[in-house]
Amino acid sequence: MAAPSAPAILQFVGVTVKFEEMDVLSDLSFVAYEGESRVIFGAAGSGKTVLLKTALGLIKPDAGKVYAFGKDLTLMTERELFEVRSRMGMLFQESALFDSLTIEENVAYPLLNQKSIQCPKAEVLPRVTEALEFVELGQTLEKYPSELSGGMRRRAAIARAVVTGPPLVLYDSPTAGLDPITAHTIIALLIKERDISHTTAVIVTHRYQDGNLVANFRYNSKQGTLEPVRHGERQTARTTFMVLKEGRLVFEGDQDRLESSTDPYICKFVKQRE
Amino acid sequence: MVASEFGDPPNLLDLLKEPILAVQEFFLLSGRALRNIFRTPHYGDDIILQMDGIGVGSMQIVALTGFFSGAVMALQMSRALASYGQVGRTGTIVSLTLVRELGPVLTALMVAGRNASGIASELGSMKVTEQIDAMRALGTDPIQKLVTPRVIATSFMLPLLTVIADFVGLIGGWLIAVFFLFIPSKQYWTTAWRALEWNDVAQGLLKPLIFALVISLVGCYYGLRTTGGTQGVGRSTTQAVVSATVLVFIFDLMITKIWVAQGVS
Repeated sequence: MAAPSAPAILQFVGVTVKFEEMDVLSDLSFVAYEGESRVIFGAAGSGKTVLLKTALGLIKPDAGKVYAFGKDLTLMTERELFEVRSRMGMLFQESALFDSLTIEENVAYPLLNQKSIQCPKAEVLPRVTEALEFVELGQTLEKYPSELSGGMRRRAAIARAVVTGPPLVLYDSPTAGLDPITAHTIIALLIKERDISHTTAVIVTHRYQDGNLVANFRYNSKQGTLEPVRHGERQTARTTFMVLKEGRLVFEGDQDRLESSTDPYICKFVKQRE
Repeated sequence: MVASEFGDPPNLLDLLKEPILAVQEFFLLSGRALRNIFRTPHYGDDIILQMDGIGVGSMQIVALTGFFSGAVMALQMSRALASYGQVGRTGTIVSLTLVRELGPVLTALMVAGRNASGIASELGSMKVTEQIDAMRALGTDPIQKLVTPRVIATSFMLPLLTVIADFVGLIGGWLIAVFFLFIPSKQYWTTAWRALEWNDVAQGLLKPLIFALVISLVGCYYGLRTTGGTQGVGRSTTQAVVSATVLVFIFDLMITKIWVAQGVS
């Protein structure tokens, strides 16, 4: 679990979101602290994506409060939310790259359109190149999203999400629909971003392997590879797991507690590793 | 009991809720789109791009439609005028019907078919692939970036396209008048020109402006409310074209009625 002494970056207080009178999120409360990685498991339709979109202020809750960086998002207008969103990066499930723009233009988009970023024009290209090299896509600046594979699109979307250096990054099913090798590459990038930039990460996934990697591996910047966290250091890696079921939070805790849970629904996620 | 066997009868208010909500959403979107014309940031490049797509891209089909409707109008009207011995006034009929009615309506229908569908499918695809959400997440108001430029571009280009359709239609009528009705060119153009008053021109330009707002806003509205993947995009596209077409006819009747009631027609 994260150290409660660290400042809260994202907080949900009794959040309920309804779609056509049906609860998609039901009385959800949790706090994500600075530097923490929060892995959220849940079956399809359990409200994982809605949770991330609510955290970003894209969906207004029907009840409850959402605080990001100490600010109540539920009271903000769309224009006021732009400032808060500029401090968050989001990787959408299907990448959501703008298909009429090149990869360079896609990654440059937040630098050029987020008012509070105020990136000088001369710095845009170097920062875009740096972000694309971070995800090992330095040669794709002029390409369009349709010219890239699914994994490459996901990596380009990660570059777009982190190009502004946001302190909080939300990842919506980053490995969904990818082969195991590409999925591992994507999770390695997430860990690299977390450990180099010291960001708070909220990762929605239905793969236990993703959470296991996030909790037990760290990026070795000297060797440029992932390495296991030494025995006994898991607590300091500050990874918290959450499990959602039909919009309700049914588990919140560390990996040891998750693995020792006897709840049949939770066990389904943990057993994936076997 | 019969009622319980078949469930409770639907409440009338529940049945009305959805269409009323849709109308409310449409007017909210329209209000925001029009308000954004006067708010920063302005996306000039997008406006130019849309003008090219909507205006220049529709030029051929609009010219063809105008040409054939002018030619057919000349042929049809000449038969009616012949019974009064007034074939020489074919130019009058062609110019009045084209400028007041056929030019604006047919051009709007062509643009509705071509662009309301294009707008709805483009924005619909963006919606179902989360690009609209991404835009909001990356600090851009989708209405400002996507809707307002389309509204401005259509409002600017549709009246211009209508003028082109009117002119090409008059040429179509002229060809029929000269080669099939044997009316001298000078007579055709003189009667066509003299038939028009400023009121006709005003009506002929006001209608496309209103139609442009309807077509672009309907296309954007259906595009932005798309749900249900690619099937949903297809559904939104169809709904946009049908609604825009029907609304063009309704607004045409309303404007014409107001014009006639004012005694200026």
